[in-house]
Amino acid sequence: MHSSLEYLKLNKFQRMLYKIAEFFMNLPNRFAAKFKKLGLAIKNLGVNIAENAKDIWSTFVHGSWKTKVSYLVMGFSSFLHGQWLRGLLFLLFEGVFIGYMAWTGAYWLSKLGTLGNVVTHTEMVEIEGELYPQEIAGDNSFKILLYSLITILFIVAFAYTWYQNVKQCKALEEIDAMGKPVKAAKDDLKSLLDDQFHKTLLSLPVFGITMFTVLPIIFMILVAFTNYDADHDGYYNLFTWVGLENFNTMFKLGSNVSMAFGEILGWTLIWAFFATFTNYFLGMFLAMMINKKGIKIKKFWRTIFVISIAVPQFISLLYISNLFNDNGIINGWLMSLGWIDKPISFWGDGTLARIMVIVINIWIGIPYLMLITTGILMNIPEDLYESAKIDGANAFQQYAKITLPYMLFVTGPYLLNSFISNINNFNVIYLLTQGGPANYVWGSAGGYVAGDTTILITWLFGMTADAHNYKIASAIGIMVFIVVAALSLIVFNIMPSTKREEDFS
Amino acid sequence: MKDDEILTTTPQNDDLYLENAQECENNEQDITIEDAPIDVEFDIAEEQTDIDIECADNVAFDMPVNAPTTSRAVYMPTEESVRKEHMSARRKSRISNGVIYAILVVMCVVWILPFIGILLESFRCESTGQVGYIFPKVWGFDNYVRLFTETQFPRWFGNTLIMGLVTAVVQTIFVMAVSYALSRNRFKGRKLLMNIMLIFGMFPGFLTLILLYTWMNDWHLTMENAPWGLIIIYVASSGMGYYIAKGFFDTISHSLDEAARVDGATQFQVFYKIIMPLSKPIIIYTILMGFMGPWGDFVMASFMANNASAGYNAAAGLQWLLVDAKINEWYTTFCAGGVVVAVPITILFMCLQKYYVAGVTGGAVKG
Repeated sequence: MHSSLEYLKLNKFQRMLYKIAEFFMNLPNRFAAKFKKLGLAIKNLGVNIAENAKDIWSTFVHGSWKTKVSYLVMGFSSFLHGQWLRGLLFLLFEGVFIGYMAWTGAYWLSKLGTLGNVVTHTEMVEIEGELYPQEIAGDNSFKILLYSLITILFIVAFAYTWYQNVKQCKALEEIDAMGKPVKAAKDDLKSLLDDQFHKTLLSLPVFGITMFTVLPIIFMILVAFTNYDADHDGYYNLFTWVGLENFNTMFKLGSNVSMAFGEILGWTLIWAFFATFTNYFLGMFLAMMINKKGIKIKKFWRTIFVISIAVPQFISLLYISNLFNDNGIINGWLMSLGWIDKPISFWGDGTLARIMVIVINIWIGIPYLMLITTGILMNIPEDLYESAKIDGANAFQQYAKITLPYMLFVTGPYLLNSFISNINNFNVIYLLTQGGPANYVWGSAGGYVAGDTTILITWLFGMTADAHNYKIASAIGIMVFIVVAALSLIVFNIMPSTKREEDFS
Repeated sequence: MKDDEILTTTPQNDDLYLENAQECENNEQDITIEDAPIDVEFDIAEEQTDIDIECADNVAFDMPVNAPTTSRAVYMPTEESVRKEHMSARRKSRISNGVIYAILVVMCVVWILPFIGILLESFRCESTGQVGYIFPKVWGFDNYVRLFTETQFPRWFGNTLIMGLVTAVVQTIFVMAVSYALSRNRFKGRKLLMNIMLIFGMFPGFLTLILLYTWMNDWHLTMENAPWGLIIIYVASSGMGYYIAKGFFDTISHSLDEAARVDGATQFQVFYKIIMPLSKPIIIYTILMGFMGPWGDFVMASFMANNASAGYNAAAGLQWLLVDAKINEWYTTFCAGGVVVAVPITILFMCLQKYYVAGVTGGAVKG
């Protein structure tokens, strides 16, 4: 362990290494602290629930008859106090909830344990004295899982609303005791544009996020614990819970999936590393070149590069991908120049395809980096360079000792974030190679043939769209999450500037 | 050891400065020697950048003044040498600028070439497949005519345009609402909400493809109606992309709102009449991003359309022209489609470039 003085003597890069090393050394402690915190949180939650339950009970015992009725008929007390809007909403919600539970909710929940046991089958049915084959609809595992999940969310929402209802009764009683007038419906509506304005703002977006991000992701996490795939479509062949089997195949040594997973994970990290750092440094050089004193028509140079951001990627990438085809322009040129006899198979050779993807990604990525770094480079105090020049530093020394440390300090979080987003960089890989060339040595697993340039995210897409192997796709998704979350954890812990919320956001 | 701690535990910056100045002195003498260890000198500058940029400023600026002049005397230039140095410096910079111009020109050619290529190929009439040369032998508008008459391109273009417009409007409203609420209001569950969005944002979006498809299919919003289903999907979760706009709102002074609140404005009025007019750059950025999203989206669009070509967006439709069986018949038409899509988008982007740069750099620096 360094003392603080020794630490100060380290240069920027050593400091980063030091911090990373320290991060890993502290990991056990950190985990211990996290678990302790988690334990405390659970304990607090328990205490909270106990207190709330006590509170609910005492409100009930000491409450007036209005309150007592409200425990069953939500909003009753509000009605009697003239708050018809609140009362109506409470009552409506209760009605909808009970109706939903009775009508379908209870049915879905009852099937959740097995995900269905009646298979859709054909039966001979007697119609007007004659027998006809007819399909009898059975259970649908997919729907059971989905609607059970929705039902559970609904129950949670109901419990919360009911609790609000009780709190409301208590508040009304206090108001009664003090003899103050209650808030009218008009005031309630008004406060939605004032004190409670955040509720108005957030309600719709948060509902959208819950239904279209949170719910689907929880659903797919659950799918990772089932055997939902092409053979178990949930309708003609029901799927069911299998526990950790999918993760088992993913990590079991020697299984096809685990082999492909290892290879693809490795390439994903290599790809993300090169994609991030080639872009970062080359983009920075480009920005420095354009920024340099004495270079004219700066605006023109920048505009040229920005065009490649403006044109939708599917156009430029698909075109470039075709440029390098066996009968594309590049091969045509090289052949007409007489440099090669037969076309170079840019996308057919694994290693070459990997290099090509990284190189073409430079074409895509540099302009972004140029835009981002231009402003930051201009912020570096000019005096630093001047004094460096006086002391005889050459351009490279100026770069290594002034520009780079400054840039790393300011854009450090961005750098790591872009590493993470490169892990999920679907477009470049998919539009250029679709993950190919297919690799039959380790690639074929779970009904899909992965290729040399397949990264986790395109593998996931292939598993979903081509192989319909949803269980493995879900397991891959969880793996991606774990990789990304681990990296983000490192980012958050090491990068000083991400610590303060106001800065980060 | 964390960075903020360093700030507080280091000896005062002044002390450090003194130390540095002393080291500088020593270096100053070394500099006349050929292989002077200039590294040390720059370490100081770097050290300072890390801790406090302004401080480094001062050091760099004051150093010659503070440093004893004895050592500087060696370095003191005569008039003659100044002139020579000046000239050689100018020649040097002219050469290096020349090299930079050369590199920039080459890079520009590389960056622009694919677009020139698409443009030229879209006018090629002698064949429709891929060829090994770039300049057409027969020029004409055949490909454009085919694009609009023989494919469903007008439909695809219209689909994408509708998606772009609706998404831009609704997404902007959502993003503004979420980022404003998270930036300006401190309510119960705010941290929880942000953490939930952060954690769920770490899952790859494609994970949910199959569920969203099934779901939209139940509502008949796939295949030919895919654009409407896609709008819902794009818009519904757009609140999660609040980071950049929130970062922007965080920089607007709170005293503005407080003054308005004192004058009796409601929260809504503060939002609508004070903050929104100040947020024009970020609103335009969000609109631009919302509008461009559907033009660039290819995966979701083709997955939701599920081979019903009437429901494709421009990207999915044009990509469909390039599948192996069709590529020789439709390659130049694809190029024509690419030009028709790229030109308006590029012009729009170029007009609003300023706002894009502001949004992207703001987001990058803040994380």
